[in-house]
Amino acid sequence: MLILALDTATSAIAVAVARDDVAPVVAVEVDPRAHTERLAPLVARALGEAGATPADVTDVVVGTGPGPFTGLRVGMVTAVTTGLALGVPVHGVCTLDVLAEQGLGATDADELLVATDARRREVYWARYARDGDTARPVTEPAVGPAGDLPDEVRALPTVGRGPLLYPDALTAPLDGVLDTDPAVLARIGARRLAAGTPMPVEPLYLRRPDALTTAERDLR
Amino acid sequence: MADAPLVLGVETSCDETGIGLVRGETLLFDAIASSVDEHARFGGVVPEVASRAHLEAMVPTIERACREAGVALRDVDAVAVTSGPGLAGALMVGVAAAKALALSLGVPLYGVNHLASHVAVDIVEHGPLPEPTLAMLVSGGHSSLLLVPDVTHDVRSLGSTIDDAAGEAFDKVARVLGLPFPGGPHIDRAAREGQVVIDFPRGLTTGRDVERHRFDFSFSGLKTAVSRWVQAREAAGEPVPVADVAASFQEAVTDVLTRKAVDACRTHGVGHLQIGGGVAANSRLRAMAQERCDAAGLELRVPAPKLCTDNGAMVAALGAQMVLRGRPASDLGIRADSSMPVTEVSV
Ligand SMILES: [Zn+2]
Repeated sequence: MLILALDTATSAIAVAVARDDVAPVVAVEVDPRAHTERLAPLVARALGEAGATPADVTDVVVGTGPGPFTGLRVGMVTAVTTGLALGVPVHGVCTLDVLAEQGLGATDADELLVATDARRREVYWARYARDGDTARPVTEPAVGPAGDLPDEVRALPTVGRGPLLYPDALTAPLDGVLDTDPAVLARIGARRLAAGTPMPVEPLYLRRPDALTTAERDLR
Repeated sequence: MADAPLVLGVETSCDETGIGLVRGETLLFDAIASSVDEHARFGGVVPEVASRAHLEAMVPTIERACREAGVALRDVDAVAVTSGPGLAGALMVGVAAAKALALSLGVPLYGVNHLASHVAVDIVEHGPLPEPTLAMLVSGGHSSLLLVPDVTHDVRSLGSTIDDAAGEAFDKVARVLGLPFPGGPHIDRAAREGQVVIDFPRGLTTGRDVERHRFDFSFSGLKTAVSRWVQAREAAGEPVPVADVAASFQEAVTDVLTRKAVDACRTHGVGHLQIGGGVAANSRLRAMAQERCDAAGLELRVPAPKLCTDNGAMVAALGAQMVLRGRPASDLGIRADSSMPVTEVSV
């Protein structure tokens, strides 16, 4: 098995190539405005460093967000067209699940909060509970202003860029866990594949397109 | 041409997800998924709606193109993609998809200009382009007169709209007349029942304007004139003769377009004119262009309406020319360029 994992739902353009028993090869660049340009070269680089060719890929795992739409779509469309071209299956993992599992190593707490940049002065967020080595979602992913989260949620140890952006609302940042680590994405993908967990490849937008229908305009 | 290069073209610059397959100069299949129905209820193209639709449609549209063309993806020799101009978020979906295909299949990538592709598509319909070609591209996004010595690397802009695109004027006037979006086909249909009885203004066709903007267009004054005319009728409590207004408006647009296009051909000594873009589907424009080209001794080339609107075949057609003429391929690091200049044929 050789998993190509990629995620573009945070500020990182994140790629990992993971083989069964070898440490994954990771290629990451942090640039929230360069997903379109940089993702394919990073995939090529990661495959090269892993001594693999595209034809060796057996599964594609992609972060399905939530995340800023244009960046998120670059990863999603790259994953599904790669899967089509190579004739291999594509699997989706919620990006917040990945960040939550990254956060487990940085705290002893039993619960944590993931809060990422949703632009427009809002965060994408979800609450997680420790479950052995994994993080189990306690709430569905949601979007809203950081200050509107319940007090006890805001006080949880928090991963993602939320605390950097809204330090007054999110006061318990976990150091160093800001963006997606593709090695963790690949690990979650492999684990869920082995367990037969369904992994739908549906983008998590959580917001409607920002436009009024002509009928809605007439009502204003 | 069994060993001519098989090129897959990806087009996502606006609201059509287009995948075309061209072998050499032969169109194998052109698959389109349009999100136009989703935009209709917004009264215009909503970029975010278009981008979401591109992501959803990408894989099924590629699959359909391959199936209908009777080819396998692994047989593709090169991937071409519209890298601009167009809606930024929409372009990114296509560019990322094309890169993934090129990388996975191990074939070269060609990031090409949407406007040059509109010109190149005529190769799969009418054979090799005369060189130079004079092309007029008219759609909801563009109104350009181009001199094209070589569609793979030398495209020159003679003029373009200084305000609204021609297709945009159709949409806006349709709205004034209570006709649905997109306006082009509805105005065309309404105009067939009407008479040209109102003398609407022809932008940039008289006096100093012609000196300064000989091959440029302006449609916003025309749109405003139509809107004022309709308002005056309504204010007077009289019925609006929709068919007559549509016919008169359409006549003004096509008069300016064809007059300037023929003038450009004469000025640059080009013996033929090609028309492309969605507005090229307009029946009055086609008829008037034919009349005026005949009168001026020019050959008129207009691709079938399906190939005039945005599609993947045009991108594949240009990509195939790039391969056949040995033009350099693009880097995997290319970006989507929403304001890509028309003179930049590829990146
Ligand atoms: Zn176009």
